[in-house]
Amino acid sequence: MVDIHDATENYRPTPDDRRLIEEFRKNPIGHHSPDLQRLLNRMRGAPMADKFCLVVVEPNRVWQLAKTSGVPGKPLKMLDKRFNSMNDAEWYVFRQRWKALTGETLSD
Amino acid sequence: MMKITAYADRISVAPGETINFMVNCEASRFECDIVQLICGDLNPDGPGYKEKVVRTAASGRYKGRRQVIHAGSFVEVPGGGPVSALESFTFAAYVWPTTPARREQALIAHWSTDAQRGAVLSLGPQGLGLRVGAGRGRVQTVTTGKPFVSHEWYFVAASYDAGSRTVTLHQEPLHNHVGTNDAARKRVKLKQGVGMAHDAPLTLGACFERFDAGRTACTAHYNGKIDSPRIASRALSESELQAFRAPRVNGALLHDLVAAWDFGADITSVKVSDASPNRLDGRVVNMPARGMTGWNWTGEEMCWRHAPEQYGAIHFHDDDLHDAGWQVDVSLTVPKSLKSGLYAARLRCGKGLEDEDYVPFAILPPRGQATAKICFLLPTASYMAYANEHMGSDAPIAQLLGGRLVEHERQDLFRNEHREYGASCYDTHSDGSGVCYTSRLRPILNMRPKYRSWLGGTGSTLWQFNADTHTINWLEAMGYDYDVITDEDLHYQGVAAIEQYNVVVTASHPEYHSKEMWDAMAAYQQRGGRLMYLGANGWYWRVAFHREQAGVMEVRRAEGGIRAWEARTGEYYHSFTGEYGGLWRRNGRAPQKLLGTGFTAQGFDISSYYLRKPDSFRPEVKWIMAGVGKDERIGDFGLIGGGAAGLEIDRADRALGTPPGAYLLASSVDHTDIYLVVCEELLINYPGTGGQESELVRADMVFYPTSNGGGVFSASSIAWPGSLAHDKYRNNVSRITKNVLDRFASGKSLLD
Repeated sequence: MVDIHDATENYRPTPDDRRLIEEFRKNPIGHHSPDLQRLLNRMRGAPMADKFCLVVVEPNRVWQLAKTSGVPGKPLKMLDKRFNSMNDAEWYVFRQRWKALTGETLSD
Repeated sequence: MMKITAYADRISVAPGETINFMVNCEASRFECDIVQLICGDLNPDGPGYKEKVVRTAASGRYKGRRQVIHAGSFVEVPGGGPVSALESFTFAAYVWPTTPARREQALIAHWSTDAQRGAVLSLGPQGLGLRVGAGRGRVQTVTTGKPFVSHEWYFVAASYDAGSRTVTLHQEPLHNHVGTNDAARKRVKLKQGVGMAHDAPLTLGACFERFDAGRTACTAHYNGKIDSPRIASRALSESELQAFRAPRVNGALLHDLVAAWDFGADITSVKVSDASPNRLDGRVVNMPARGMTGWNWTGEEMCWRHAPEQYGAIHFHDDDLHDAGWQVDVSLTVPKSLKSGLYAARLRCGKGLEDEDYVPFAILPPRGQATAKICFLLPTASYMAYANEHMGSDAPIAQLLGGRLVEHERQDLFRNEHREYGASCYDTHSDGSGVCYTSRLRPILNMRPKYRSWLGGTGSTLWQFNADTHTINWLEAMGYDYDVITDEDLHYQGVAAIEQYNVVVTASHPEYHSKEMWDAMAAYQQRGGRLMYLGANGWYWRVAFHREQAGVMEVRRAEGGIRAWEARTGEYYHSFTGEYGGLWRRNGRAPQKLLGTGFTAQGFDISSYYLRKPDSFRPEVKWIMAGVGKDERIGDFGLIGGGAAGLEIDRADRALGTPPGAYLLASSVDHTDIYLVVCEELLINYPGTGGQESELVRADMVFYPTSNGGGVFSASSIAWPGSLAHDKYRNNVSRITKNVLDRFASGKSLLD
């Protein structure tokens, strides 16, 4: 059978890309440098299985972390983590995704 | 999660007329109120949620009951006919399975679940199968044991000879792939006979199970195409089968013919015709896809009207849904005193009434009688296209398009787990094929006040229906008198639905239009009507409404445009009407012809702002920008992405039809690279099509006069309404909107 190659595997962060961490932390949503955009494309373009997402608890005020299942019809997995700002949620998930890609744990 | 869900039989209703609400409620009781919807945005940083309860006879407490949905399409033929009298038989069809490995899927089923009698031709992981029964404990299944290759045509047949009690299975691939092992012919002698006598309906594409509150419920739903299903009254030999599979059954075999359904006839209808003398006509249930290429499609004709004999296939899906068919719980006869507007049935249950659902609808002005100079056109065709979309939970690109994490609402969680509520035209079916039909006769849980959509940018995160309440909220806050009509009113009544109004105001995202709607709006403009297009991506897709069945709409994602799926080659023509589907741009009617601007780019993270262009200072139109400074940023604020220019944006283009006399008043700047030029502009793809580089990524604010004193103002941004309420409505987006609306509504000349 034809193997579907995951095109996002074409890029992985390099040691030089550590400079993008601070750029992201300051502005997780909006205008980014081309290098940060490439990193985020890698992170945000992941398949749906175990992919981080949010569930609205209180509109514009409280969000709960969750993961999609990747299987249509199968419930989201709710995680024991809440945020009071979208930027905080983005920063938390960025750190998890950075670790998954590089093995490096970023401090809060 | 959601203990109460509901829908209505109509999307709009005039005073004195009745609208019915069908409610599924897990609690023993629910409360119903009719509310006028004003602002559905729960964002505490916005103008606040606003609804007004109105007293009606329908308001009150009701008994709750569970109502379920039976999804999955099939053809139903009334039972008790000549098939029940058969002793020997042959079932045959061409099939193109899309999920053959999934489970048993019925192709032709004459089966009584109660009696366990009949015969079911099916396919599944064990290849072609025939299940036969002669009563309880006397059910036998024979299979070829040769799995099918998906998305390939086969001719299949199963016969039963009562004299020898022999079943013969015939599985014949019509492809020529090397290395597959999917051809089979198998004979099996049964231990017991077969009993065909029962009065259950015969079904194609699923197996009848039971009747449930007026609906036919089936099991073993098939995914894929069936073409030319036929039944003969004896077991045909192999050579006879080759004659039986010919386009027309002739000669001696005619004597044995029991049924020969021709799916290429009646493509626009829900009717299914039997070409045999028995006339075992049936009907499609839950709208399987028609006008589909058949086993003999050559690729030389693209339109089913030109070669219906090559479009003899119906594509069935186990998640198709047309009419949920629930029982009526609440009936509202609209009091004559109720003003036209946006309303909803508010349905609540639970101890503290903490569980709720809303069913929005428009109350029209009295028939034939406008009650205001302003008409707000509620884009219900576009709401239907997006009805119950699952991209946030299903599509890996959602977080790329949004440039951030996807936010899920309780409705999203419910929809993810209740796929039987049906999909949108942005989804694919469970077999991966595109959803080309959508219905409003089911709860549409993303067409709700208070709902946030992942597509709605940062901030209030609003999209479509709930974003449009910001325009309603602004009309109310500014004290305008307005009527509300819906797309379906425009479709069915034509220009008569709007010609009494001085101005029609659009919602943020009026994307889907039938030819009837398009023609009505064009005629309105040419007769002096004035259009305020306070959105973007408008008049983009061509759609068709079914001519027999209310509340169901078709879109074919043909050769161009931003498409969540792609129609298969040869399937670009609407089955409902025979019209060429796809983009209006590819039908010779680019949006620029009707609006001055048309879709150019999209991105769903943050919005931006406009800067004035030289035309805005010309003396004849400078009234539009009265009160706006020369270098002022227009809309660098707002609840939808933080700006007035965003999400989806349109641009003027003379080559696509922007009138030569159009004034380019302002253009947006500084979009992020999440914004990308739409694919219909990319004949050769090239680097630099993001918002930070491409000059095509901009919203053009345009005005132009039309014949007989008419005119068009286009904001060209979906985010526009999210900026109207900023700073208590004292802002330049609100000011420009007011300048234009006052002038358009006044009847005064549009050029100074």
